[in-house]
Amino acid sequence: MKKRKFRNLLILAVLLVTIYYLVPLLPVELPGFWTDKRVRLGLDLQGGMQIMLEVDHSELPEAEKDDAVRSAVEIVRNRIDQFGVAEPSIQRVGSNRIMVQLPGLQEFDRARELIGRTALLEFKLVATAEQIEQTREGLDKYLQENAEKYSFLERFILDPDIDQLSLLEDEEELPEEEAVASNIFTRLTSSQGLPMMVSNQDLPIIQRLLESEEFRNQVPSGLMITLERENRLDPRADRELYVLLEKTELTGSMLESADVRIGSGTDMQASNRPYVSLRFSREGARVFEMVTGQNIRRRLAIVLDGIVYTAPVIQDRIRGGEARITGTFSLEETQDLVIVLRAGNLPAPVEVIEERTVGPTLGADSVRSGLAAALLGLLLVMLFIIFYYKVPGLIANVALLVNMAIVMGALTLLGAALTMPGIAGIILTIGMAVDANVLIFERIREELKSGKTVRTAVDAGFNRAIITILDANITTLITAVVLYQFGTGPIRGFAVTLSLGILASMFTALIMVKAMFEAVITNKNRTELSI
Amino acid sequence: MRFFENTKIDFISKRRIAYIVSIILIIVGLVALIAGPKFSIDFTGGVSLELDMSPPTPDHPALRIDQIREALLEQGMTDVEIQTIRGQDEQTFFLFKAQAEGTESAEIIRLMREKFPEYIGSPGFIRLQEEVGPRIGEELKGKAIMAILISLLGIIIYIWWRFEFTFGVAAVAALFHDVLITVGIFYITGREISLAIVAALLTIVGYSLNDTIVVFDRIREDLKIYRKESYGSVINHSINETLSRTIITSMTTFVVVLSLYLLGGSVIRDFAFALMVGVIVGTYSSIFVASPILVEFFGQRQTGRKLIHKKKA
Repeated sequence: MKKRKFRNLLILAVLLVTIYYLVPLLPVELPGFWTDKRVRLGLDLQGGMQIMLEVDHSELPEAEKDDAVRSAVEIVRNRIDQFGVAEPSIQRVGSNRIMVQLPGLQEFDRARELIGRTALLEFKLVATAEQIEQTREGLDKYLQENAEKYSFLERFILDPDIDQLSLLEDEEELPEEEAVASNIFTRLTSSQGLPMMVSNQDLPIIQRLLESEEFRNQVPSGLMITLERENRLDPRADRELYVLLEKTELTGSMLESADVRIGSGTDMQASNRPYVSLRFSREGARVFEMVTGQNIRRRLAIVLDGIVYTAPVIQDRIRGGEARITGTFSLEETQDLVIVLRAGNLPAPVEVIEERTVGPTLGADSVRSGLAAALLGLLLVMLFIIFYYKVPGLIANVALLVNMAIVMGALTLLGAALTMPGIAGIILTIGMAVDANVLIFERIREELKSGKTVRTAVDAGFNRAIITILDANITTLITAVVLYQFGTGPIRGFAVTLSLGILASMFTALIMVKAMFEAVITNKNRTELSI
Repeated sequence: MRFFENTKIDFISKRRIAYIVSIILIIVGLVALIAGPKFSIDFTGGVSLELDMSPPTPDHPALRIDQIREALLEQGMTDVEIQTIRGQDEQTFFLFKAQAEGTESAEIIRLMREKFPEYIGSPGFIRLQEEVGPRIGEELKGKAIMAILISLLGIIIYIWWRFEFTFGVAAVAALFHDVLITVGIFYITGREISLAIVAALLTIVGYSLNDTIVVFDRIREDLKIYRKESYGSVINHSINETLSRTIITSMTTFVVVLSLYLLGGSVIRDFAFALMVGVIVGTYSSIFVASPILVEFFGQRQTGRKLIHKKKA
């Protein structure tokens, strides 16, 4: 009897814990600590982004490799913290990989841009007007002579059979024999004057040209040409094309800190406007003072990985290593610029090697369809079981529901995320959990058939079925454990729910169902059992 | 209510027919493996992108695949595969897949925005965006094969410990059978092997084994009870005794997997399909493959027990 008392207490404890973790799913008001204990949805269900980064430390000496990865993790963490995602997860995987998970994130492009970036921050002077003009002329000439090398320049190559005027956007006069426009580059940069701007329509062409090494080599030596980064608020906006001095005046390593500040004071222009405050290292301060002193009124571009973020005009010689970048930035832009400036000193390049993004609508659809499939499956199985086994079937159905509840409760308790494959695992469990009961019931039937009394038949049925159930389930658990080891994210979710489902089904079948069976038999002193 | 009560089906004498059926199916599976099944970008590397490009108003003509294909071709993106998916609320989703290196999902998105702006309504029009580097895919392939081998090894060891070595080998033979056939069916139906499908294959391994072990368990028990009977008839008896449980469990499992297939949505459909195939094949294999193989193995032993009783003429 003592044993039975212990068993009943165990059942009660499991049920109470399960209820504790399931109540927060109900639409009722609860104290905060309790509401937080709600099953977490995986990236694939709530939407979000997962990025795998690889740190290329092959160039580094053995002793510095580990540090390089660690600092890359820190930098990524830093960037993400500043980005403000609710529950980001940044984990080091293996020797040189970093897995970043951003649940609930919607601004995929922005995050991708921030995280996947190999940060090489440089400050470069913008070329003079004459240098820019010279570059433009050179590139126009080069493209005129070599247009056939770039298939996407087709529209600038004139077909002599067709009226030339209709093809030309500008009313350019061309010599009769000339088949290629002489000002392709100028036209792509939309204007004769400064700054050179690239329209959204021409952007792909310019990007492809910039990818070509031969094209880049046409820029006069000592100069380089590079694009302004995409305007996040208006991705279709024109982008400036910069001609910069190749020489790097300062690098990110000379920068000590960068912060967002909000302007104050009476100056209408600065008041309440965000700006970026910079502080250089001692050496940086010296160089910065020299560069600013020699180049007043020129623009100094902040270049991260070859993309120009902004190019403020040097207003004055700046001493002491403290500078500010002001302008008509939004707070968001200022923050991003600060992140760029801060992250500018990565020891080893980082590359995105895998990226998976699920939009919130797909996540919501998955939840909906997963729930529908689970309910239908549950309903069909329960109907079948009650039809086939009558009263014991009812017991099995109660056990099945408890089983589901335990799986959900345990998921919450373990803090594991519910994923779509996880839902599939639960659904599969509905089908398989019944198995333990079927094994028991079939055994009891056989024992009854062999002429045993109800009491002994039930006991014998349970005792014999236990061996089978253990053997059958432990092997399934082996595969689930392997699956967990092998898989990432969603697949792990499947392995977890499948394992929990198997464990829960053993508990419900061998302990709960048995208790219920005994209650039915001892209470009514039955001599017959319809099974 | 009873199904299959007191059945006395002679499975063992018909095992040769089952062998032929299985061998044909296994050959299909092997051919599939050699010819190379269609691997998803999880293993090959590449891009997969699902965009919501529903018409802005219900009476607006829906975007057609050939319009999209044309737009991609204009940009020289020739290796992109396009599929239409119908959403739960009649939305039109397009699935883009490219395994070639160099195609970037951002490029496709930019192009779609440019060419078909009216079909791109919400900021959340990107439903799914996956980019996998080729190296990751290669690694994953190795890991997947390792995972399957390790679980098979673990199973042989466990069954060896709990039963006998022969049981373990017979069970694993049945598992290979199940996995190969499922891969073969995926090959024939043109479905992709993705990470999720490997998970499904491992689940099939687990499920089929579960089924096999229940029968083996009974064989182990019956071999002790019916010492005078031939191996063939004991095993036949055990299969028949457990037949009702085998069918019921397969049925409940099949029913839930079917509902997952029908209602679970596009993300999980192939996964559910693999499980459906697995439940059928796994049930079949524990009756017609694993148990008969035991008969063959026992036949090699000189224990004095007859392999199969000769039919009375």
